[in-house]
Amino acid sequence: MKVWLFHLAVLVALAVLALMLPAYHANNLARILMLAVFATGYNLAFGYTGMLSLGHALFFAAGMYGAALPVSLWGLGALPGLALGFLAGGAVAAAVGLLALRTAGVSFMIVTLMFAQAGYLTVIYFNQTTGGDQGIVLSGAGRMLAGLDMTQDGPRLMVALGLYAAGLLAALALVQSRFGRVMLAMRENEERSRMLGYDPFRVKLAVLAISGLYAGVAGAGYALLFGYAGAGFSGVQYSILPMLYSLMGGAGTVLGPLIGAGAMFYLIDIASGLTTAYLMGVGIALVVLVLFAPRGILGWVRERVLPWLP
Amino acid sequence: MAAVILEAQGLARAFGGLRAVDGVDFALQAGEIHALIGPNGAGKTTFVSLLSGRIGPDAGVIRLAGQDITRLPAHLRVRRGIAYTFQITSIYPRLTVFDNVALAAQSRGVRDLQAAVAAALARVGMGDLAGQEAATLSYGHQRLLELAMGLALQPRVLILDEPTQGLAAGEIAAFTALVRSLVPETTVLMIEHNMEVVMSLAHRITVLNFGRVLAHGTPEEIRANPAVQAAYLGTGDAAA
Repeated sequence: MKVWLFHLAVLVALAVLALMLPAYHANNLARILMLAVFATGYNLAFGYTGMLSLGHALFFAAGMYGAALPVSLWGLGALPGLALGFLAGGAVAAAVGLLALRTAGVSFMIVTLMFAQAGYLTVIYFNQTTGGDQGIVLSGAGRMLAGLDMTQDGPRLMVALGLYAAGLLAALALVQSRFGRVMLAMRENEERSRMLGYDPFRVKLAVLAISGLYAGVAGAGYALLFGYAGAGFSGVQYSILPMLYSLMGGAGTVLGPLIGAGAMFYLIDIASGLTTAYLMGVGIALVVLVLFAPRGILGWVRERVLPWLP
Repeated sequence: MAAVILEAQGLARAFGGLRAVDGVDFALQAGEIHALIGPNGAGKTTFVSLLSGRIGPDAGVIRLAGQDITRLPAHLRVRRGIAYTFQITSIYPRLTVFDNVALAAQSRGVRDLQAAVAAALARVGMGDLAGQEAATLSYGHQRLLELAMGLALQPRVLILDEPTQGLAAGEIAAFTALVRSLVPETTVLMIEHNMEVVMSLAHRITVLNFGRVLAHGTPEEIRANPAVQAAYLGTGDAAA
């Protein structure tokens, strides 16, 4: 009960913040929230179940193009587009998982990375359809979601917050369920879990598919909210970003990915205002984090202040 | 004679040129405590790993209550009632004691997790440690936690791989009493090196040597068997 109230309070605080922020920061928050949806799903696979995937850019891109292509090519509405992107992310993740989960550890990282690179090259190869590096710009008509005009700052932030809230509450319910306990068991000791009657392959495949659904809806949301889908979003950096957000905010914490996404976003924003070598600032921040709070910001808080945080 | 719950016929498994288990016939009777003994490298752990499905056999058949389970993967054998506790303590160190046992209990789909976990922990005398992180437990308690996880599965056959290894004398006495209280509801198959424990607990004993069955029988028969004395126990008193 305490856990649910705490997370609901966080969502209320975000809503209040959304109403008060000036346009520039409100727009940033919308981006952060979509990236946080992506990272929250990534963290279910990585932080909770122990699967270090480098292929999530593929699932993000599947969601992005799963929404953007039907909307731009056939004039599908934004809401069915969002649903299609959601399903595309999950389906692609399940398909990749069927093959990649025959491996574990470093091999799993490499296999997922290869799938994602193949996906990136596919997007480039079919540039007549996908727009390749140029991408697809979505028109205003395709960005009306349930009566909300996502070319406007206010409605866009509202939709982003709604998607994040749904993702957060679903993740919270999942990690507190019996299945959530099995996810941790896979991370902690796979062989023991097998000898308690759990099939590691099926558990991990299910989590990867769920993680793909998150990536899918985040990619679809990103395309519809900001009116653009491009090959850049299927590059390897979009596999690494959700991992960095999770590590920074706290791998294996429900709110960690949001904190990590926000911190990293503003770190880059501020550092790039000061110097063109802004990635140096990001690097220093990560080194400090690894040295002094290896479990991430929220992991640090959980160890010292709030031990009941899921 | 009691019904056979778990049996193996012609079971074999080689690693490279080494025949770790070499054509073993074996029958576990429902409700008994059966000890598996033999010198180091005799193939005991390989044998129980074959029974539990952790590794696959090269040849032979395994039946649980008459049903062929030779090709069944390990996790499905657990669901059918074969539980295995590891030789080297294998728990979830970063989870609480409660979560460790709950993972076993929920695997068989119990409704009331709290009650099932409390019952298993009470049985090993760890009821007051449920909230503790497993890594912080003493070694003896970690062994007992492992056993509690096995009990929470409510298995038909419980396989214990060197359960008393590293336990203090007092802990061994408590453990012996606990295992004795499990039968006849559960059938126990244990690999054990401590001959005092074996002789006082086991109804029957199977001796493995070089991957083959050297002898099987009651503790008295094994004690009196000259081949066993020569191969394993030395020539003196078996219980010494």
